[in-house]
Amino acid sequence: MEHIRTTKVEQVKLLDRFSTSNKSLTGTLYLTATHLLFIDSHQKETWILHHHIALVEKLALTTSGCPLVIQCKNFRIVHFIVPRERDCHDIYNSLLQLSKQAKYEDLYAFSYNPKQNDSERLQGWQLIDLAEEYKRMGVPNSNWQLSDANREYKICETYPRELYVPRIASKPIIVGSSKFRSKGRFPVLSYYHQNKEAAICRCSQPLSGFSARCLEDEHLLQAISKANPVNRYMYVMDTRPKLNAMANRAAGKGYENEDNYSNIRFQFVGIENIHVMRSSLQKLLEVNGTKGLSVSDFYSGLESSGWLRHIKAVMDAAIFLAKAIMVENASVLVHCSDGWDRTSQVCSLGSLLLDSYYRTIKGFMVLIEKDWISFGHKFSERCGHLDGDPKEVSPVFTQFLECVWHLTEQFPQDFEFNEAFLLQIHEHIHSCQFGNFLGNCQKEREELKLKEKTYSLWPFLLDDQKKYLNPLYSSKSPKFAVLEPNTVSFSFKKLSNVKISKQMKFSPRNCYIQFILNHLPSKLPCVLRSKLCCL
Amino acid sequence: MEFSELIRTGRAQAKLLRGPEAPPLRGTLCVTGHHLLLSPGPQATSDLWLLLLRRVDSIQKRVSGDSGTITLRCKDLRVLQLDIEGVEATLDIARSIEALSSLESVITSFPFFYRPKGLRLGDAWHFHPPERYYKRVARETNAWRLSEVNGDFSLCPSYPRAVIVPRAVDDDALARCARFRQGGRFPVLSYHHAPSGTVLLRSSQPLTGPQKRRCAEDEELLRAVLAGARPGARGFVLDTRSAQAAKQARVTGGGTEAKAAYPGWKRLHRPLERGWPLQESFVRLVEACGDLEQSMDRWLSQPEACHWLAHVKEALSTAYLAAQGVGREGACVLVHGAEGTDSTLLVTSLAQLILDPSSRTIAGFQELVEREWIQAGHPFQLRCAHSAFSHARPKHEAPTFLLFLDCVWQLGRQFPQSLEFGEGLLLALFEHAYASPFGTFLCSSEKERCLCEVRTRTHSLWSGLNQPKEQRKLRNPLYVPNPLAIWPSVELQTLRLWQGLFLRWIRPPEPSEVAWEKVWQIVTDKKTEGCEPTVSASEPQL
Repeated sequence: MEHIRTTKVEQVKLLDRFSTSNKSLTGTLYLTATHLLFIDSHQKETWILHHHIALVEKLALTTSGCPLVIQCKNFRIVHFIVPRERDCHDIYNSLLQLSKQAKYEDLYAFSYNPKQNDSERLQGWQLIDLAEEYKRMGVPNSNWQLSDANREYKICETYPRELYVPRIASKPIIVGSSKFRSKGRFPVLSYYHQNKEAAICRCSQPLSGFSARCLEDEHLLQAISKANPVNRYMYVMDTRPKLNAMANRAAGKGYENEDNYSNIRFQFVGIENIHVMRSSLQKLLEVNGTKGLSVSDFYSGLESSGWLRHIKAVMDAAIFLAKAIMVENASVLVHCSDGWDRTSQVCSLGSLLLDSYYRTIKGFMVLIEKDWISFGHKFSERCGHLDGDPKEVSPVFTQFLECVWHLTEQFPQDFEFNEAFLLQIHEHIHSCQFGNFLGNCQKEREELKLKEKTYSLWPFLLDDQKKYLNPLYSSKSPKFAVLEPNTVSFSFKKLSNVKISKQMKFSPRNCYIQFILNHLPSKLPCVLRSKLCCL
Repeated sequence: MEFSELIRTGRAQAKLLRGPEAPPLRGTLCVTGHHLLLSPGPQATSDLWLLLLRRVDSIQKRVSGDSGTITLRCKDLRVLQLDIEGVEATLDIARSIEALSSLESVITSFPFFYRPKGLRLGDAWHFHPPERYYKRVARETNAWRLSEVNGDFSLCPSYPRAVIVPRAVDDDALARCARFRQGGRFPVLSYHHAPSGTVLLRSSQPLTGPQKRRCAEDEELLRAVLAGARPGARGFVLDTRSAQAAKQARVTGGGTEAKAAYPGWKRLHRPLERGWPLQESFVRLVEACGDLEQSMDRWLSQPEACHWLAHVKEALSTAYLAAQGVGREGACVLVHGAEGTDSTLLVTSLAQLILDPSSRTIAGFQELVEREWIQAGHPFQLRCAHSAFSHARPKHEAPTFLLFLDCVWQLGRQFPQSLEFGEGLLLALFEHAYASPFGTFLCSSEKERCLCEVRTRTHSLWSGLNQPKEQRKLRNPLYVPNPLAIWPSVELQTLRLWQGLFLRWIRPPEPSEVAWEKVWQIVTDKKTEGCEPTVSASEPQL
């Protein structure tokens, strides 16, 4: 490739950043089209995918050589010392180019070839079938039907083609409602609870401004509450803090006025926006990356990052949602601003709490496919797959995985998968090795012809299922076994968990902070889980 | 019997609330000399509910109308609420509990009356005497001997009858040595590390005083230690106070070893918190854990709450240092603070756990606790008189032993396969150290134990714990003997709050207990199939 000037540098040192005595490994650094590879004198290989690189820094020249620090999106940090400055400069420039691609076609997924033929590839893509999933939930039925309104992406570009809406909602009502909602994202079904006949619906904020109203939208909400035969009122959850929602009114957006809609109960939840989350993670990483902090500095750093508070807010919202359905038997409509970040978090976590199917390996894939991929969570922008606006990057999906991790901790027997599974998914949302997480919505993915040009991640994970099984899982629990997590103890967990730390040097995946690696369960760290598996 | 004077009322009708999870219990409440009983009515199926009164840490009463409420906060951090019919009965019961739970006399305490089925008096008391450990040391080296110079506890009231000392030092020299150390705690062997041929010693501070007194016998003893170790061994004196504090101690007659007087020994200072600050951080942590309403922000900003983990970190890293000196650098290490009965024992016992694989078995750990805490004279009676809820003015309370258990728990979490025991044993030790029907943790020293005839008149906790029916709770199903030293990570980021203890009565315990049971199941199933897991590394498995 044209960006690579030097393919091989010898006598490079890899610093062990956890050791206090500046230990290092000497070896050879190779630069390939897709990876940076370091082979040390013991023939141990360290692979870094270019797409995983978040930041490359060249530090000031020292007597031993030129230091090169690479920070990865999976929270790994690697510190090389290259003997000659020119080599270092070449590698630095190459990595800068290689880690930021301008076009989708240059991403790894389009060149990745796992030696499968076309039919195998297609089968892989068909593994997760959302139509099948809605059937499993029990729709269409007498109250809910498949709408063909968005078949050609005419009403909403960021929604999937197939949407489920209340049977009594006619097409004009849907079209009218979509015009009243930001980005045309009108209320549609996300999860249907068969036992309670209650639904989780999702949408974006209404364009209500200070006084605007829309009869079709009001009708659609009424239709949703009528689709629930047991309970006539429904909850509308605005997952934003009230202040943010009010500020949006000035821009002609905002939130539902309870007086205009019959039978709704309106509720703010107060999850912060993507920018707050981004800087919160940034602060957390800084605290974690600093060696030798004092006790009080460490905890005040943790606290001021606010990360735990945000995780708890997301969890609390999901718990609220699950309770509304289980206890009050009410349907819930969830939205935030555009309905693709916080809404995805809350809907997916809520369904996870309600339905044990989503706690299996396959079910979890379905959940991600449904609430995140198909409903247009902007993976490419949030993960920074392409060289784009850094303000669009935010760890929204990472937070979701962390919440799930917390649940696996509290309920060690209720999840079929283990921590390694979550880690692997987290790895691949950034890796661009598979097509699943590329693009920002279904329409874009179809235009990219991902199903023809790239492979799906899920069959590969399923093939490796053994690695991801939780040995403690008891599959006997009934379908609608609800998890009732206790978020009080969240603070405790995280408090003592986040770490940089020394002992991770033994693991190749060493710098995952966060839920990743650090949060080992108190009784059975993941290594043991896998040990138990292969016992 | 004098208890009857303290019991003001026979019985009352009451309802017992045991935290958010357990269902309330109704029945007749009754106070006896050592227990609070609640016997449910004849129609109820559940058994008698029983609480050892010594377990009550603080009691709070409230009356309204014609009923009252008593809140009992126990030493094992459990909070119980009793709703009692009748104001008079409430006040009487409260007063009885107050009086009976704070009885100070040892020989009227419950262990002297406790006669469980299936145990014989005197069993297990002779499992772990110093002679037994000496036998092991004698197999490894002949540089040490067992001295009975303290046979009548005249040299040092807080040491056991027999101690292990260098063979080259005779009993007369020991006697003079004892006069030079606070409380007579002259340097004795704590652990002999066979692979490197070096030793871990403990003592109290030397009484150098402002005049910088010296003691030839004490210097000779430490020289003999180095001579008895592998040739060319150096020595470290690990002082658990700061250099400043050690210097200040001279004013009150204490001090620390002068460099010139002890050639070959280097002094290190690693200040460890002790006494009241430690107790206070324990109290604050328990307070923070019990406050369910608080937001996450407040929890994180409670510096006191966080301090507990800082103490854990300090204790572990000091033990790490001592173990490093002995195991990796082949040096002899003498640990002492001031009295040598608190942080000294914390450091030496943890260091042994890091270095010595046999102390990580159930039997070995019991021996370690017996030898390094109980017989080494940790004043349990004073330190564990009250737990975190007490409003009484603190005198000598300090959760040093709890800190030790927490550190062991952290080790177990970092090396999940290397300890033969699980959290269950640590929780049991915590409970029994503060209030127990067994005599093991009674009194503050061997001398007192002899005076009270604890060994012949009470049952040993070890015989209670080693009954087969207890094993499944205490044992770690994942244990694989690990012959290497386990070097823990002491970074703050790797330490965790011991939820199993501090949140034990607050969060629902079921999921983790069921999971524990499941692990047992998996492991037993696999073992019968004949494949044994193997241990791969001595580093933390994360």
